[in-house]
Amino acid sequence: MLDYEKRNGTVCVRLSGELDHRRAEAIRPELDGLIADPGVRRLVFDFAGLEFMDSSGIGMLIGRYKLMRSRGGSVAVMPGGRRVERLMELSGLYEIIEKLA
Amino acid sequence: MKIINEMRLDFWSRPENEALARMVISAFIMPVNPTLEQLGDVKTAVSEAVTNAIVHGYREAKGLVRLRASLDEAGGLSVEIADKGRGIEDVDKARRPFFTTMEDSERSGMGFTVMESFMDQVEVISQLNSGTIVRMTKRLAPAPVLAREA
Repeated sequence: MLDYEKRNGTVCVRLSGELDHRRAEAIRPELDGLIADPGVRRLVFDFAGLEFMDSSGIGMLIGRYKLMRSRGGSVAVMPGGRRVERLMELSGLYEIIEKLA
Repeated sequence: MKIINEMRLDFWSRPENEALARMVISAFIMPVNPTLEQLGDVKTAVSEAVTNAIVHGYREAKGLVRLRASLDEAGGLSVEIADKGRGIEDVDKARRPFFTTMEDSERSGMGFTVMESFMDQVEVISQLNSGTIVRMTKRLAPAPVLAREA
């Protein structure tokens, strides 16, 4: 079950705990169900409560970015802790995905 | 360098064992008091290697993944993740950032880049249809107390 908020064309998903390969696979169907609504123009991930992420999380983000971009939408991230951000910086994803303050 | 502790764990290539491997390696290095940064680095690197074994080595079919680790008296960690899966056709290519053989499955192709960034050394030995071994080392805090006890 995803913790999310949907308002005015924006879906904000709060992720907590660990985002690894297993978790990424598990949440993907629900996530894609949420953004399948053509009214959704913006997808925001809130990583504040995320304790661990590996490159499977990066893969998941790239996948959602491609999906949203293909229909003119956007993806943004509310940064998590130092560990998560270290991986985000290493991936270079903030060059294509907006980092919210 | 004198080894002060060693461990070995075999587990099925099931995705829930990615978390198991992270917990085990964390518990194993805890006695040398790693910094939070070092702990996170090791957990992430092991997670990447184990995920590679499960996703690429076995393509999510059932197989055994072996995690081995040792600590030396100077706080040096050696960790090895081995599978008997498909192997890697071209290791140099696989180690390139963003290279992936699974374009459609949302693999980022960053696994080896993460391992190389977070560990001191990464060695990959692979043979097609016989498996892959990833060996990594990282210097953690020295462990004077443990070394004396051993």
